[in-house]
Amino acid sequence: MAIFSVYVVNKAGGLIYQFDNYVPRAEAEKTFSYPLDLVLKIHDEKVVVSFGQRDGIRGMSSVATSSGVFRILLFAIGSQLSPEVGSSGIEMLETDMFKLHCFQTLTGIKFIVLADPRQSGIDALLRKIYEIYSDFALKNPFYSLEMPIRCELFDQNLKGALEIAEKAGNFGPGS
Amino acid sequence: MSRQSNRTTDSKKMNSELFTLTYGALVTQLCKDYENDEEVNKQLDKMGYNIGVRLIEDFLARSSVGRCQDFRETADVIAKVAFKMYLGITPSVTNWSPAGDEFSLILESNPLVDFVELPDNHSTLVYSNLLCGVLRGALEMVQMAVDVKFAQDSLRGDNVTEIRMKFIKRIEENLPAGDE
Repeated sequence: MAIFSVYVVNKAGGLIYQFDNYVPRAEAEKTFSYPLDLVLKIHDEKVVVSFGQRDGIRGMSSVATSSGVFRILLFAIGSQLSPEVGSSGIEMLETDMFKLHCFQTLTGIKFIVLADPRQSGIDALLRKIYEIYSDFALKNPFYSLEMPIRCELFDQNLKGALEIAEKAGNFGPGS
Repeated sequence: MSRQSNRTTDSKKMNSELFTLTYGALVTQLCKDYENDEEVNKQLDKMGYNIGVRLIEDFLARSSVGRCQDFRETADVIAKVAFKMYLGITPSVTNWSPAGDEFSLILESNPLVDFVELPDNHSTLVYSNLLCGVLRGALEMVQMAVDVKFAQDSLRGDNVTEIRMKFIKRIEENLPAGDE
C-alpha cells in the first residue's frame, strides 16, 4: 500500500478524521512529542528532514497522530522555517521513508496525506478528497461542522479514491 | 459498494419544478408554524446560513476558484460562477458604492419564485430570503462578514429583484495560517 495515511484537520487544529493504511514494521520505535528534535534543512525550495543516526533510527516510518503535534508541526514550524515571507505552512514534507502532503482550503480545513515517496498524483488525490468531504460529510445534514467525521459513505468513497490513486496515480476527468 | 459520484450534469439534473415546489412547501409550512412574516424571514435566513456554510466547500472543491483579491472580484465570482453553478442564472453586478464596499446583484429571473404570487396578507414576507442567508454563510466561511438583503423584490411589485451586499469586515480570528 503506497498511501499510508489520510488525516483531516479542522479550522481549530483538531483532528476530525484519520485513516491509517500502513502497518509499521518497526525495527525500533520512538515516540516524539513537541518540541521535536528534528534536524531540518532547506534543500532547493523544500524543507527536507534529515535525521541523524539516533538510536538506530534512520528514517520515520510512522507518525504520531496527536492533533496538537500536527498543528504545531505543520504550521508553526513551517511558517517560521520558510525562507519565503508570508508562508502559509508546509505543503510537502519529504523524507526517505515517506512524503507528507498537505492541502489547505480557503475555509481553513486541512487535508493531509502520508504516502510513499514514489507515489505520484497526490495533488489530484487531495483535491478528490476535498470533493468527497464536500459531498459525503457536508451534504449529510446530520454531520456537524468541525466535528469528527463518522460518515460511512465518506469512509467508503475515501477508500475507493485511495485505491484508484494507488493503481493509476491520477484521476481522469469526470471521476 | 461505494457510490460512484457522477459529476456530469446529465445524470445529476433534477426537475426544477420539484425544486420550486420543495421551496414553496418549506416557506408555506414556515408561515403556518410562525404566523409572523418577520419571524419567517429570520428562519429563512438562518436556514440559508446553514446551507451556505456547507455549500461554500462544495463550491470551492468544484470550481477551483482561488482567494479573491478584493470585494470586486468576490462580486464577480458570486455572480458569474456561483449563481451560474447553483441556480443556472447570471445576475449582473451594479450600483457599486463609492467606497467599493457595497454592490447590487440584479436578478432577471429567480428559479425559487417560478409560478409564485404573494398574497396581500404576506406583504412583508421576503420569499427568497434563503438566498441572503446562503450568501452570508458562505462568505463567512472565507473570512468575510457581509450584510445581505433584498433591496427590490419582483414578488412585491418591483420590476427586478435586487440583492444588496455590503462588506462589513474581514474575520480575523480563524484565518488559515499565513493569511494576513
